[in-house]
Amino acid sequence: MARKFSFKGGIHPPHSKKKTEHLTIEQFPAPQKVIVPLSQHIGAPAKPLVKKGDRVLAGQLIAESSGFVSAVVHSSISGTVQSVGPFPHPCGKKVISIEIENDGLNEMAVFSPLLNWRDAAQGELVQKIQAAGIVGMGGASFPTHVKLSPPSNKTIDTLIINGAECEPYLTADHRLMLERTEQLLTGILILKKILSAQKCFIGIEENKLDAIQAVTPLLKDQKYREIKFARLKVKYPQGGEKQLINAITGREVPSGGLPMDAGCVVQNIGTAVAVCDAVIHGVPLFERVVTVCGPVVKHPKNYLVRIGTPLRLLLEATETDLSAAKKVIMGGPMMGTTQSDLDAPVIKSTSGILVLDSVQPGVREHPCINCGHCVHACPVHLIPSRLAKFVEKENMEEAVEWNIMDCMECGSCTFVCPSKINLVHFIRLGKFRVQAMRAAKAPGK
Amino acid sequence: MILPKTSEITDKNPQVVSGENINLQLNISSSPHIRHSETVPSIMLWVIGALVPSMIASVLIFGFRALFLTTLSAITAVAVEALICKMMKRASTIGDFSALITGILLAFNLSPSLPWWMVVLGSAFSIAVAKMAFGGLGSNFINPALAGRAFLMACYPAEMTSWVAPKLGTISGINGITSATPLANIKSAMANGTFQALDFQDAIINLFSGNIGGCIGETSAIALLIGAVILLYKHIIGFTIPVSFIGTVFLLFWLFNGSGQVFTSGAIIVPFYHILSGGLFLGAFFMATDMVTSPITRKGKLIFGLGCGLLTFTIRKFGGYPEGVSYSILIMNLFVPHIERYTRPKIYGEVKKRD
Repeated sequence: MARKFSFKGGIHPPHSKKKTEHLTIEQFPAPQKVIVPLSQHIGAPAKPLVKKGDRVLAGQLIAESSGFVSAVVHSSISGTVQSVGPFPHPCGKKVISIEIENDGLNEMAVFSPLLNWRDAAQGELVQKIQAAGIVGMGGASFPTHVKLSPPSNKTIDTLIINGAECEPYLTADHRLMLERTEQLLTGILILKKILSAQKCFIGIEENKLDAIQAVTPLLKDQKYREIKFARLKVKYPQGGEKQLINAITGREVPSGGLPMDAGCVVQNIGTAVAVCDAVIHGVPLFERVVTVCGPVVKHPKNYLVRIGTPLRLLLEATETDLSAAKKVIMGGPMMGTTQSDLDAPVIKSTSGILVLDSVQPGVREHPCINCGHCVHACPVHLIPSRLAKFVEKENMEEAVEWNIMDCMECGSCTFVCPSKINLVHFIRLGKFRVQAMRAAKAPGK
Repeated sequence: MILPKTSEITDKNPQVVSGENINLQLNISSSPHIRHSETVPSIMLWVIGALVPSMIASVLIFGFRALFLTTLSAITAVAVEALICKMMKRASTIGDFSALITGILLAFNLSPSLPWWMVVLGSAFSIAVAKMAFGGLGSNFINPALAGRAFLMACYPAEMTSWVAPKLGTISGINGITSATPLANIKSAMANGTFQALDFQDAIINLFSGNIGGCIGETSAIALLIGAVILLYKHIIGFTIPVSFIGTVFLLFWLFNGSGQVFTSGAIIVPFYHILSGGLFLGAFFMATDMVTSPITRKGKLIFGLGCGLLTFTIRKFGGYPEGVSYSILIMNLFVPHIERYTRPKIYGEVKKRD
């Protein structure tokens, strides 16, 4: 068997992917009304270009970016702008969004394809990606064009495509690898060309055997020969950017640094497919694949959903028993955020909607017994139990000294804790406090 | 910027919000939303399960008095913890089963001939003084069972070091070592110059089965190893502490076996004799690995194990007392905070690496 790539630390949560991994992606009907938030990415919110009463087409630019680290937003349906104002957002707060009523015509904006992308300049390709509003679709939602424009003093020699999908329940990337393999590989080639990376890997966890079998034969093809396959061990968080870099290249991203400091750029499967659509067909990012799953979801699905579709519609279509639902989560069960308002829409980074019928113990059932499970599980090699104690005692200097700021909040420590202490929650709180303290101390304030 | 108090945004108060249409109650909490099934009580029950083979062995070797004393010690430990929780007006913590383990382990470290009331006294001391006085499970800094043993040793040294002959000896036809423990024998044999390698080879068979004088739960190496395999398989203990502890004792007694030679049969038998006798297996697999009182880092565990081994060797070789495991662990327990402080693991990305 080929070499298996992995990292040190991590956990083995149940995959829970059986229900959806064999389900073909289905187009979810365009809803009566979409709510398209102006903040679907890390960075400054986009600035609206439309006002109440304007008619918009599907795929039409409706908000422009307000800085370099920002992303444009497109309408996902054709119809009339109802309002621009605060609407529920998956983050839990209300965020300025554009409400559009569907006219049922599904009229598309005119897209400009670029079939001879191999001859295009790198700048032109980045521009196409920027104009399509593409952000990291694995959950972090970092604007993709920023990742593809490293400063001139950084050399990127390795492009890694993240097909780990290590979060339980989620199968959106898995299905894309199976159903849109050619587009995925083309997208990867485009990304590789933009970065002028010498090496290019697609890492897939070995539990997605059919995806591996779909991708690897194509890699023998002359066209895709420059992409190498890396078989990843099944472990959470194998799909963490820093863990993936370490697993495949053996390098470590320096503390406080970015993947580019290790000469790497990591892109998600969904992002690569979106890049292909954006560059070759000129289609902006206005729909994405969302896995709807969980114990109380009667008909789990992999849906292709228009951005802005309220969660409620997805749950109704899958006949989810909401009376039994205890938690609705956007994203996976390890790092996803719980939803309080089902009117919150699907956004660019929504990889899944998960409905759980139990409230997992979030309460400290026992004191810390120093068992060290969290130390073994931590992929950053921190001592989570100690950090949590520092935060609890409000000893922030010690917490920083013990590298609290390096925590990536993957939740592995909390998953394994036999005392059911929500360690990562304390650490998040500690990081938040340290940031607040630093901001208060910063010069000019 | 005003920051919320820690207690306000911890996991203690999951917020409940209602949806508009149906009676929808969605819980809001921070991730992760799934947990491993392992709990503190489940860990403790596995430890108790792993002690069952030794319990059975002790009944076969020393008779039902061993079971009686162990039960008595366990009941006392749980009762004392329940009582203290009640006195302190706190929720009872006996449900985590850690007191039960302390009670069993204390009895395993006592002579089967010890008067019953001493067992009760030691067990009460373990829980009340070594554990609850410092805040209960997770806050005690020394192993409670070993603290109880040390307390009894200081109070009743004669009773604590009088042993009974194992019963298996008469069954198997091999004469067990009576009156004294194997360690006392080898110590006096070495001192008198009457050490004979062959005698000890026979004895090693008895050491493995546990057909020797000694504490209730410490004599049968086989039974302890079965328990150790269970704990290792369940990842409740790791290899680091037991291997470094036992390995250090083995190596030091091999190199300093008293014969001045290293590769003779007489020389090699000595370290085997030492690792199989006394409470070394019980200590290395069940006491030194106590999660609360051992370091959390891997490097720390290694240092802890090496320290235990070195101290055990020193006490057995140079001390006036033939056994050394329990005091070694107790002393190393005290170093745990320092060991943890100086064995911080190198974090991901701490040193820039490029290939």
